[in-house]
Amino acid sequence: RVSGVFHPLIFSRPTSFSLPVSFSPTLSLSPPPLSFSADGNYLLSCGSDKSLKLWSVSRGTLLKTYSGHGYEVLDADGSYDNSQLCSCSSDKTVILWDVATGQVTRKLRGHAGKVNCVQFNEEATVILSGSIDGTVRCWDTRSRKFDPIQILDEAQDGVSSLKVSEHELLTGSVDGRVRRYDLRMGQLHVDFINSPITCVCFSADGQCTLTSSLDSTVRLLDKSTGEMLGEYTGHKMKGYKLDCCLSSKDTHVLSCSEDGHVYCWDLVEGSLMLKLPVGKAVVQSLSFHPSETRLLTAMEGRVQVWGAEPEETEEDVVVVQQEKA
Amino acid sequence: MASDSDSDGDFVTFGTPLEPLEEDEPLRKPVPLHEQTVKDEKGRYQRFHGAFTGGFSAGYFNTVGTKEGWTPATFVSSRQQKAGRQNARPEDFMDEEDLGDHGIAPRQITTTADFASGRKDVIRDKARAITSLSAPIPGDTVLEDLVAPARSSMGVELLRKMGWKDGQGVGPRVKRRLCKQRADSATRAFGSASPPNGSSESQDEEDGEFLPENLTFAPKDVTPIDFTPKVDLHGLGYRGLNPLAALRGGPGAGHINLFTMDSDRTNSLFGEDRKGQRRRGGVAGQGFGVGAMEDDDEDIYHRDIMSNYDTVLGGEEPGDGLYGWTAPQQYNRTKKDHSKDAAYLGKILEGFTLASDKLETKTIFPPPNLPRDFRPVHYFRPVVDLSSVSPMVAQALQTSRGHMAQEAPSKGGRHQLDSAQRRELLGEATLQGPSSVFDLLKVEDRERLSGLRRPSSDTSSGPRQPTPGEARAAVVAAGVAAAAARASAQKALSSRFAPHAEQQQQEALSVWSGPTAQAQTGQTFKPFERTPHKQARYDLYIDQLKQGDRDALELSLDPTMTEWERGRERDEFVRAALLYKPSSSSLSCRFTRGKQDDGVEADTVEVTRDQENDVDDKQAAVKMKMFGKLTRDTFEWHPDNLLCKRFNIPDPYPGSGFVGMPKVKRDKFSVFNFLTVSESPTASASPAPQGVKPSEPGKRSRWDVSGQAGDKERKEKDPVSEFLSVARIEASGSGPEASTTDGPTTDPTVEPDTEQKDEEEEEEEESRPSMDLFKAIFASSSDEKSSSSSEGESEEEEEKEEGVRSRAGTGPQISNQLNVNTTQPAPPVSAIPSQHPDVVFKTPSGPAAAPPPRDQEMEEEEFGPRLPPPSSTLTERRPSLTPSAKDDKHKKKCKEKHKAKKHGKNKKDKKQKKKHKRHKHKGKQKKSSRKEESSDSSSEGSDGNSQEDGEEGGGVSTEELLRRLKGIRGKKLQ
Repeated sequence: RVSGVFHPLIFSRPTSFSLPVSFSPTLSLSPPPLSFSADGNYLLSCGSDKSLKLWSVSRGTLLKTYSGHGYEVLDADGSYDNSQLCSCSSDKTVILWDVATGQVTRKLRGHAGKVNCVQFNEEATVILSGSIDGTVRCWDTRSRKFDPIQILDEAQDGVSSLKVSEHELLTGSVDGRVRRYDLRMGQLHVDFINSPITCVCFSADGQCTLTSSLDSTVRLLDKSTGEMLGEYTGHKMKGYKLDCCLSSKDTHVLSCSEDGHVYCWDLVEGSLMLKLPVGKAVVQSLSFHPSETRLLTAMEGRVQVWGAEPEETEEDVVVVQQEKA
Repeated sequence: MASDSDSDGDFVTFGTPLEPLEEDEPLRKPVPLHEQTVKDEKGRYQRFHGAFTGGFSAGYFNTVGTKEGWTPATFVSSRQQKAGRQNARPEDFMDEEDLGDHGIAPRQITTTADFASGRKDVIRDKARAITSLSAPIPGDTVLEDLVAPARSSMGVELLRKMGWKDGQGVGPRVKRRLCKQRADSATRAFGSASPPNGSSESQDEEDGEFLPENLTFAPKDVTPIDFTPKVDLHGLGYRGLNPLAALRGGPGAGHINLFTMDSDRTNSLFGEDRKGQRRRGGVAGQGFGVGAMEDDDEDIYHRDIMSNYDTVLGGEEPGDGLYGWTAPQQYNRTKKDHSKDAAYLGKILEGFTLASDKLETKTIFPPPNLPRDFRPVHYFRPVVDLSSVSPMVAQALQTSRGHMAQEAPSKGGRHQLDSAQRRELLGEATLQGPSSVFDLLKVEDRERLSGLRRPSSDTSSGPRQPTPGEARAAVVAAGVAAAAARASAQKALSSRFAPHAEQQQQEALSVWSGPTAQAQTGQTFKPFERTPHKQARYDLYIDQLKQGDRDALELSLDPTMTEWERGRERDEFVRAALLYKPSSSSLSCRFTRGKQDDGVEADTVEVTRDQENDVDDKQAAVKMKMFGKLTRDTFEWHPDNLLCKRFNIPDPYPGSGFVGMPKVKRDKFSVFNFLTVSESPTASASPAPQGVKPSEPGKRSRWDVSGQAGDKERKEKDPVSEFLSVARIEASGSGPEASTTDGPTTDPTVEPDTEQKDEEEEEEEESRPSMDLFKAIFASSSDEKSSSSSEGESEEEEEKEEGVRSRAGTGPQISNQLNVNTTQPAPPVSAIPSQHPDVVFKTPSGPAAAPPPRDQEMEEEEFGPRLPPPSSTLTERRPSLTPSAKDDKHKKKCKEKHKAKKHGKNKKDKKQKKKHKRHKHKGKQKKSSRKEESSDSSSEGSDGNSQEDGEEGGGVSTEELLRRLKGIRGKKLQ
């Protein structure tokens, strides 16, 4: 069991976060799905100090600060090869960064409002950004054009979350719908959730989507049919745009909560397995390590990395897999 | 020198034998020393110098060739005789002796290179050298030198012919094996204790190695085993104190090193350098102590380690195994360059490296092999095939169980049920009431209709001039023909809604003939302005309405039009009249009209073709956690070509000229947006008939989201209504949408039948004409052009519209009234005027009758929205006339195909648009308006509707419904 075996390594942020009113600074492990070298894990944090920071997870040191945004940075993502970053901000811009030099490679303007979420596609050839103006814009990183390739304006309200897979685009919108653009099929699937979506995720196997919404519910939907496979409740998510995620092996569902805990459910059983106390304030964001049992949480200007205690990790994995089998 | 055999016969003689001594020969005098001279062949004396320096002196007293010294070379070049270029050859500097048999460059007959046995055999040379080290006479391989073959053996010749090359081994070609310790083994093979020096070098090679998969190599040549007999008395592997080694090293021992071939030559033979490995000198060896001169005592006792020995027989081959094959350079470079990049980046940003792993390459699966008899026909959606056929056929297909039965289960069971089946499930009784206009006909009329059946169904759009009654009959008759295959469910539906149209007429009459309408002089709204004739007819109609003429509609219609056209127009007029009621005109004075653009573009707005399903239904589904089909909409979506390229994906719609969702142009606000006015009240008044209700628009536009007025109420009714609404989404095609609206307007002359008659005529209900049929019959009539208003909309007008709606006595109310009436057993139309006291008089019928100008003006002011051009509305929501709502989906698909039937933009369109408009206006006030409507319905729907409510909603207990619902859901989830 995973319960109680996390212990935090605490990184203190030199810069101060101010608690945002409705949207939290988000952070993500920088190279999202791939390419973690054996020794080098990095995490990317972005916040209301208009900067995003690159950290080394293993050493806990700050590697680089990227400043260039005019307002708080709302989301960031790293390319598959660690060479580029993209970030979005309340200043309506999306910025493409060069990781090593910290230079702004491209500053993309076009959104009419705050840009809530940003993602690279698999090969970092396209940046997708979702904004409060209800559009998702697809920016080309290969050309020097400053116009987006395509604007997806199907959402009827702000786009709060966005994920990209190999050929699919998953967007969650405040209008309570999860839209999945299937580029290969040329179809748009709209799933109605009836509550503003705060976060959407693909499962690692690509068969399911995880959505968290402001009705304090995390739902696991079958990607192809839209049927609900699981529902995870117990946490509190009423007003903040908080994250949810799946563990690296799709065994657990994790979600932030406004009561200062991270909730962890068993994916199959739907039972609450762990209520991880992070602090007293709202857990604003979380992210799961793509390969290891590590969890990243953000609360009030503090980023914490949680890891499973080594001696129990093995057992955990075994137990979980057996359950799933 | 080494022949020591004493046996006679076969001995070899070296040197010159001495002369045999003779016994009696007198003793010669010894030759005096000075006579013992040596002369060369030319008679010159040679001084004996000593063995080491060659024995005899050379040249002239060891200096040069003659007493005079070297003969200088002469250079002569004259005009006649140019001096050739002279190259000094080694022979120029040689003496004659050097060229002799025993000289350094003997001149004798030898085999030339052509006939020599190939190139020098390196391996054999090595082997010989090795052997020579341990030979009895070091450095000498006497025997081998003696028996060296003059030319290659026959075996070698054969091997060469078979492709063998010198230096290769013999045997099948092998793949290169991984060699980990190859470097070590090279040294180990010979038992040498010297450390493996070459390892670092060979490892480097290994790193950059590039090896194709199928590359094979000849086996390595085998080093000949040297069978040296063991002649000493030491133990195996023991090497005693080596006297040579004792002399080795040290500053003064330089020249002596020439003779220490033992180890030095061994090392050099195998390419080992002994740099940094020189011993300091002194005596060393096993069993020998440390000398005074020794600095270190490393080698005193020979400690052998097992790693010096091979533990496996036939282990790794020394060397890189690539016998003579050199990989292209670029393959060696790549890796190093990458790491260089990473290192470079690391210098810029300390502690950061680029990801070393490449993106994993995707596995691309080849397409499956098609069977030979495969037909490349794909039905993307089950509805598609319906669209490919005419509506008539489609309908027939639908109703005939044979076709739909196949897809029904796959599409998810209960949502495919039509209303009749649902009713059966719910255990409700068949609806009572007049089932169709047919019921309202007199018997003789009906007979007449049946006589007309054939011709009317054949009619496509030819200009006929039937009498009104005849025409009506034709419509009905056509319906009879068309509906032969229909399910019994639709009887009830049609029966419900046939009177509805009539009711609307009455409604319009009552409204327009009211005192307010009379007071208004200017007609502001010209919904059909684009077609003056139609507008004129409409004006006439309004005019007559104002005068309270019950037959206003019939009178104002153009008798030259086909029956279908007239039916359509009738309907439009009634709706338009209901919408743009005079009562709202008072608002119009408050607003100024916006400037309207002339361009068509200004009048149209792009709307996504596919629109979402009803949100309320989804909400209900979400509440019940019935995610899946109910909450999912799938649209066609066109990604940008470049986006596909960036995602490494083929463009799903290679030829599509647009991006995103398919869009259609619609009039910004067409009158058809408002023609749904009667729908929501119907719903609110009686949730039960939802299945019967005109089908919902399959999708809605964004601005339509706020939902229908009636939906909220339905929701409030909770489980039952939820279930129904849920079912309705799926079955959005199953309700005969045309029923509400397409009911032929009441003919005042028709005598309404009693209820009893209704029952009798259930058969006849079936025959209610489908709108598809109508469309098919009356396609391409002049109606097409008739339904657009000239008014470009403006915001003010919208607001007016809103104002209109918010006022009491607006559309919903009216339709509520209609509903009330509907449920009543078909009140005789003729009786209606009596119910409306305000009917004053009849105006003379005739198309020429002009409405009061004031009225017109006013209406125009009020109702800015113009009617859509038939084409646009048509494209947007096509064959809504199909009686069964199952067609709903397929309509979407086959719009284009039905362009011919444009005028078929039917009530459903109108309704929808109307709804759209309303929702847009009311977005925020949705709730209030709903309440209003609900109150309306509650107040008005007390009589007839409540009755029906009891039938449908209350007939089955809520618990029962819930139970069923759960069962269904359970099934679904499984």
